[in-house]
Amino acid sequence: MATDLKTSADEVGVGEYQYGFRDSTENYVFHSRKGLDKAIVSQISEMKNEPAWMREFRLSALEVFFEKPMPNWGGDLTHLDFQDIYYYVKAAQGQEKSWDDVPEDIRKTYDRLGIPEAEKKYLAGVKAQYESEVVYGSLQEDLANKGVIFTDTDSAMKDHPDLFREYFATVIPSADNKFAALNSAVWSGGSFIYVPPGVQIEFPLQAYFRINSENMGQFERTLIIVDEGASVHYVEGCTAPTYSSESLHSAVVEIIVKKKARCRYTTIQNWSNNVYNLVTKRAMAYGDSLMEWVDGNLGSRLTMKYPAIYLMEPGARGETLSIAFAGKGQHQDAGSKMVHCAPNTRSRVISKSISKSGGRASYRGLVKFNKGSENSKSNVVCDALILDPISRSDTYPYIESEENNVTIEHEASVSKIGEEQLFYLMSRGLSEAEASAMIVTGFIEPLVKELPMEYAVEMNRLIELQMEGSVG
Amino acid sequence: MASLLKIEDLHVAVDEKPILKGVNLELRQGEVHALMGPNGSGKSTLAYALAGHPKYEITGGSIEIDGAKLNDLDPSERARLGIFLAFQYPVTIPGVKVADFLRHAVTNVRNPDRKEGEGLVPMKDFRKELRSRMEELGMDTEFARRYLNDGFSGGEKKRMEILQLAMLKPKFAILDETDSGLDSDAVKVVSEGVAKLSGPNMGVLIITHHERLLEFNHPHQVHVMLSGRIVETGDAALAKELHDLGYAGIRERHPQIAAEETEVAKV
Repeated sequence: MATDLKTSADEVGVGEYQYGFRDSTENYVFHSRKGLDKAIVSQISEMKNEPAWMREFRLSALEVFFEKPMPNWGGDLTHLDFQDIYYYVKAAQGQEKSWDDVPEDIRKTYDRLGIPEAEKKYLAGVKAQYESEVVYGSLQEDLANKGVIFTDTDSAMKDHPDLFREYFATVIPSADNKFAALNSAVWSGGSFIYVPPGVQIEFPLQAYFRINSENMGQFERTLIIVDEGASVHYVEGCTAPTYSSESLHSAVVEIIVKKKARCRYTTIQNWSNNVYNLVTKRAMAYGDSLMEWVDGNLGSRLTMKYPAIYLMEPGARGETLSIAFAGKGQHQDAGSKMVHCAPNTRSRVISKSISKSGGRASYRGLVKFNKGSENSKSNVVCDALILDPISRSDTYPYIESEENNVTIEHEASVSKIGEEQLFYLMSRGLSEAEASAMIVTGFIEPLVKELPMEYAVEMNRLIELQMEGSVG
Repeated sequence: MASLLKIEDLHVAVDEKPILKGVNLELRQGEVHALMGPNGSGKSTLAYALAGHPKYEITGGSIEIDGAKLNDLDPSERARLGIFLAFQYPVTIPGVKVADFLRHAVTNVRNPDRKEGEGLVPMKDFRKELRSRMEELGMDTEFARRYLNDGFSGGEKKRMEILQLAMLKPKFAILDETDSGLDSDAVKVVSEGVAKLSGPNMGVLIITHHERLLEFNHPHQVHVMLSGRIVETGDAALAKELHDLGYAGIRERHPQIAAEETEVAKV
C-alpha cells in the first residue's frame, strides 16, 4: 500500500513548485543589458519618457544605493550579484484593457495562474505585471465613476502628476535602506491606488506579479492613498519560473491611510526558490484609521520583509498577520514593525511560521513607543512550528519605549510537530502526509480564516502542496 | 465469517526496554473481551502496539488479522484494515475541525485503496451521518465545528473517541481506559454508547481497572495481565474477583511473574 501511494505521488508530481514553467523571451520589446550603473538608470528613465525630477530622483538614489553597505543581519546575501541582473525588461508594447489584446504567451501564463477567472468571480479590479511593466489593467466602471484610481505607477506619474508627487517617496525615502534606494533608482510598474473620501470598495483589488526571464530583477513601486473614511482591500500575488541562477525582487510599497479610513493589504508571495525577495513596505495610519498587513510568505530563496505601520495620530490601529513557510533551501526572515507616534494607538502582530526539510523561518519584529505615545498598547504573538530536526526557527523581537505609560504584551512559542498528534491522526486512517498537512493547516487556521474565502482556499491548497511529498 | 485478530507470543519494547514478554490473545468479531491488570502491567503498551505507535517496537511474535500480518504496517494502514484505538488521553489538534478530520478519516477507512488527493466522501451524506451519530450519543452537533479536542473536558474527549468509533465502525476496537477520569454519569453514557455500537461486526477489547464499563458490556472473556504477560483468562466472575479483592490473589497464584514485576519496579 505504501508503494502505491509513492507511485501516485510521482505521477502527479506533487511536492514540486507548480508555477515553475516559463515562456519564450524571443518577442520581447526591450531587454536592458545586465548590470547596474548610471547609464542603465538614465536609459530606464528615458525609455519611460519621464520628467526631469524623476530622473534626478533615480540617479541620486543610485548613489545612495552604492554608498550603503549590504545589511549584515537577516539572511545570507553573499551570493547576490547586483551586476548579474537585468534591471529593465519590457515584454509587451503597452498595457491592455482586454485579455484578448495581451500577447498570447503572456495571456496563457495568466490563464494558468487563474487570474482572468478570479477577476470575473470576485475582484473589483486587476493589474498584471509581467517582468518590468504592467501588461493588463481593469477596474469596475462604477468605482472609476466614483473617482477611484487604480492604475500602474508609471501611468499615475503622467496622468495624476500632482497627486503622485504629493505622496511619492514620502513614506519611504530613497535613503531609508539599501534596497529602498535600489528600488528608487530602477523602479518600474507597481500599483497606484487612490480611494476618494468615504468610498468603500467592497471587493478586493488585485495585482499579480510575474517574473519570467532568468537573472531578472523586478522592482515595482506601489503607492496607495486611502482618503478619509474610505476603505480598500488590495491583494498581491507573485510567482516566477524556477531557474538555477538567482533573480531579485525588490519592491517598495507606501501606504497612506487617512482619518477613519481602512486599508488591508494581503500578500500571497510564492516566488520560485531562486528569487531573493527583499521588500520594504510601510504605512502611515492617521486618526482612528485601521491598517492591516496580511503577509503570506511561501516561496523565494530568501525573503527579508518587515511590513511597518507608523501610528501617527490618536486612535490609529495597526495589525499584521504574518504566515511564513520555509522549505528546503529557503530562509524566511519576516516580521513586522509597529511604531507608536501618538497617544491611544493600538498595534497587534500575529506571526505563525512553519519550517521543514532544512528550511529556516525567523521572526524579526520591532515595537516602538515614541515620546508622546502614552496610553498606547501593543500585543505580539509569535508561534513557530518546526516539522523535522533539520529545520530551524528563530525569534528576534525588539522593543523600544520612550514612554512609561504604555502596555506591551509579547508571547512566543515554538513547537515541534508532535509524534503523538501524527500517531493520533494516522490511527484514524490518515496517511502521514495527510496528517502532517492537517496539523500544519490547523496551525495557521487562525490566520487563514481572516482571509477572504477564495484566498483562504488558495492558501490552504498551497500549504498542502508544500506538504505533499515531504514525507519520505 | 467473523474476522479474527490473533496476537501470538507478542514481545514489545519501548526505548529498548522489554514491556510485553509474550502475549497471546485471540479476539473475534462480535466478541467482547476485558483486559485487566495492575498499573504498569503492559495493558496500554498492548493497545499502542496494536495500533502501531512507532515508539512501541515489536521485538518478537506477531499481530494478524485473518492471517495477514500487521507487524510492519503503519498506523494508517492498520486503521484501514479495521483496527481502532480509543485513547486514554486523546491529544489536541488545534485549528483542525472535528468534521474535517472525520471526513478524511471516514473516507480513507471506507476506501482503503484510496490514493492521496482523490475525492472525499460526499459532504451531504457525511454531514447527515455525522449528525445522527452525534444525536445518538447525546452530543451537541456544535462539536462538529470545534477544533479537535481543543478545550474539551475529559468527558467530552472520551465521547469524541466514541463518536469516532461510531463513524469508523472498525472490525476491532480497543478501548484504553475509556472509563478513567469520568464521573459515573459519563461512564454510563460511554458504556451505553459502546454497547450500542458493538455487535456481530465488532470485536471489542476493553482495557479497564474497574468493573463499571463491563456492566453494560458483558465480556465473553476476561484476561489478566501481569508484568507483560496474560496470566489468567476467565469469565465475568474473574472480573468480579479483581473488583472485590484486587490483584493480591493473582500475584499469589503467579509468584514468579509477580517477582519479576517488583524487579521492574526496582529498575
